[in-house]
Amino acid sequence: MSLKQSGRRLSKQSLNGFINYGIVIVAYLVVQLMISQGLMSNSLQSLLVPVCCYVVMAVSLNLVVGVSGELSLGHAGFMSLGAFSGIIVSVTLQSVIDLAPLRLFISMVVGALVGGIGGVIVGVPVLRLRGDYLAIVTLAFGEIIKNVIMVLYVGVDENGLHFATSEAGLNLTEAGTAIVKGPMGAVGVVKVSTFTAGILLVLFTLLIVQNMVHSRSGRAILALRDNRIAAESVGISVTKYKLMAFVTSAALAGAAGALFGLNYSSTLASRFDFNTSILILVFVVLGGLGNIRGSIIAAALLYILPEMLRNFDVSKYRMLIYAIILILVMLATNNPTIRNFFLQLRQQAQERKGGQAQ
Amino acid sequence: MSTQPRREPTRLVPVPNPNKIPERDVDKSPILECRHLGIDFGGLTAVKDFNMAIGRTEIAGLIGPNGAGKTTVFNLLTKVYQPTRGTILLDGMDTNSMNTVQVNKAGIARTFQNIRLFDNLTVEDNVKLGLHNHISYGMWSGIFRLPSYWREEKVAHDRAMELLSIFDMGYLAKFKAGSLPYGAQRKLEIVRALATNPSLLLLDEPAAGMNPSETAELMDNIVKIRDMFGIAILLIEHDMNLVMGICEGIAVLNFGQIIAKGTPDEIKNDPAVIEAYLGKKKEG
Amino acid sequence: MTLLGHLITGLSLGSIYAIIALGYTMVYGIAKMLNFAHGDVIMVGAYICFFAVTSFSLPPVVGVLLAMVVCTILGVIIEGLAYKPLRQAPSLAVLITAIGVSYFLQNTAQILWGADYKSFPNFLTLGGQTGISLFDGRLNITYAAIVTILACVVIMLALTFFTSRTKMGKAMRAVSEDKGAAQLMGINVNSTISMTFAIGSALAAVAGVLMCSAYPTLSPTTGSLPGIRAFTAAVFGGIGSIPGALLGGILLGLVETLTKAYITTSLYDAVVFALLIVVLLVKPSGLLGRYVPEKV
Repeated sequence: MSLKQSGRRLSKQSLNGFINYGIVIVAYLVVQLMISQGLMSNSLQSLLVPVCCYVVMAVSLNLVVGVSGELSLGHAGFMSLGAFSGIIVSVTLQSVIDLAPLRLFISMVVGALVGGIGGVIVGVPVLRLRGDYLAIVTLAFGEIIKNVIMVLYVGVDENGLHFATSEAGLNLTEAGTAIVKGPMGAVGVVKVSTFTAGILLVLFTLLIVQNMVHSRSGRAILALRDNRIAAESVGISVTKYKLMAFVTSAALAGAAGALFGLNYSSTLASRFDFNTSILILVFVVLGGLGNIRGSIIAAALLYILPEMLRNFDVSKYRMLIYAIILILVMLATNNPTIRNFFLQLRQQAQERKGGQAQ
Repeated sequence: MSTQPRREPTRLVPVPNPNKIPERDVDKSPILECRHLGIDFGGLTAVKDFNMAIGRTEIAGLIGPNGAGKTTVFNLLTKVYQPTRGTILLDGMDTNSMNTVQVNKAGIARTFQNIRLFDNLTVEDNVKLGLHNHISYGMWSGIFRLPSYWREEKVAHDRAMELLSIFDMGYLAKFKAGSLPYGAQRKLEIVRALATNPSLLLLDEPAAGMNPSETAELMDNIVKIRDMFGIAILLIEHDMNLVMGICEGIAVLNFGQIIAKGTPDEIKNDPAVIEAYLGKKKEG
Repeated sequence: MTLLGHLITGLSLGSIYAIIALGYTMVYGIAKMLNFAHGDVIMVGAYICFFAVTSFSLPPVVGVLLAMVVCTILGVIIEGLAYKPLRQAPSLAVLITAIGVSYFLQNTAQILWGADYKSFPNFLTLGGQTGISLFDGRLNITYAAIVTILACVVIMLALTFFTSRTKMGKAMRAVSEDKGAAQLMGINVNSTISMTFAIGSALAAVAGVLMCSAYPTLSPTTGSLPGIRAFTAAVFGGIGSIPGALLGGILLGLVETLTKAYITTSLYDAVVFALLIVVLLVKPSGLLGRYVPEKV
């Protein structure tokens, strides 16, 4: 009996996961079809890669906020790390590797590594703190990362990479190019990001996050969120598993950042500021804490929605509408009457299911 | 864990100390020994000069009025608080430098007075979390579903179901722990603690909120656990029928100090105990 | 002399942060929520005062009072409509709602008053002078700085008196300690929380006017960055503690000004935040905050 139950449960978990992969793949096919039929405007097409980036950002942040239960307000900082390291790698390799997808892949791997290292540096001290204090320190780190990149100059020539705090300080040779120019950000980037690469990154992120949550490590992370003291009492190390969630999330954000940075010819560090972190957090909370599918849908819809509103007469009011929707959704989802209504619906559905089984 | 052979007769986790000694471990060294244990909170001394030894297969009781410092003793043993004074020897090993996690790995498991389950996880997952340190596959095996993931998850599932069957709770495996009735939650906490394969189990008011028939069943189960696993159990309890019924040794705590130690009969007749504690209770 | 000048500038900037931080810390202490919209209430207050003085030619004092009244009403309305229904909700839900309110205020301001920068008039002048000049012009102190520091001192004293001596203030402290117990003692928790928002928002209006007198550019996003810095200051000093907010605000203002003057003009935010991180790692509850251990 126990074996049968186990089989059923595993299939239910995987089913949920497979539905998520399915949604992403179907979305990809529909978009490709629309593009080939000329049904998609250029402005909408230009959103495809950023949407993938923000989906990855939301899913990875959900690992920290939803699964691990720690509020992070600096997720865009890791995206920034990934974006700029990815850009530097891509520009540096431009003369060496001709194949754009390969260059993109290497840039994303490096972006993930740098993001992950950033995650370790931030996570080790930060995860000693709890609750709102942790939130403010992640906010502070996000701002520091932004600040530092805004004074950083990076250039490349035949002697290798140069780092400085002013353009003159780079000491580049004739053939060299400046990649990152302090407050002006990264300029002259060759765009190599594609929608296909974005979808692959989304699928990879789903694989990592979903499988992690349903494994020994993920169980430990969930346990720490539910009851830290009990988790310690059964021998689960707080630091190890909180850090695991945090660093995994930061690495995924780094990869998404690399994809994002290589989608534009120029990128400013101020693009990854506090407001961006908040935007991603909004996706996660509206999608539902710990709900991966919710994050995917919320990120895609809420990223496209304000951009769509741009084309209508209401464009002046688009952010206002966004704000009102945000407040109303929070009020509605936390309203006891509405909550109970949905709870009852779910119970009824379960009863019906039970009846059929009998 | 997966490499260790399964013991067929009981079909339970390997027993750490297979010696079952009815005569209260007379010739063995104790599993737990506290020497002059104490802790201060600010200026307040919560526990003072606490001395106690527990045999390897003993069921011991820690009783005393509310606020006497019983739970504080548990918190000291599990290093939720670091003792201000004294030493704790677990199987002869000083736990001074250990934290909560290490103490659990060294062999102390506990339950909590105010139940602390992983409410949003299933009953089975709660037990599997107890087995956490006995499953060895790593993060990458979990993410990429390598063979070790499937193999060890299967073993963990079987173990969890076996442990749950001690309390006949197998049928609850798929329910969320938070949705269980109170009594079942208390039992689940014990199962989760047992899953960590302890040599000493600390139970903080296991019978709280149970009716007499549930308490009687619990008493049977505590003895059964001791016999099956061959471990020591230290319990805090206000229900005197339970304490006097199954404990072989009892310590009475009042204002952070032990005022009496002995067998149930000795405790029952101790004038200091009667005055401090039993005298105020109807059971006395 | 330049050092003294920087110290006074820092002190006055710190006073503004302290007044804003008070709003954060009081609301946090009582409602246990991070009111992200607080910075935008500052912006609204500054706009009200701006239009009262420039468009309606009202005297500056009336402008400030009007701003305080409007912000108080705004604060109470925000609390009643957006936060009160979420009293039982998880803190993240309240946080997101506060962010929504923040966006709402910024965008409403943009629609009503335009996105362009407005030059805020400096009405803190005396006989046409904006400040006094000492030591043959080697030390200039603006009246705005003097008024700001004085305002901060007055507000601190008034708040300390209010929370320790008045019935309402004591009720506030009781609610921040234990909502349930306070309710059982007959304290109206809801009206106490509304009162806290009212006071915090009135302070925000004052801070807005003072800030725009010292740094005279006004736009719909004027409040957000000082809001974040003041929030940092509140955490720095120990969130929930009124003296902590003062200490955190002043320290933050001094560090920011001195870093700008002597170390780096582009990395001062990074220095301020790095200092915050160091303080929190050494003392996880902030400088004057209380550490409450979890009961087992």
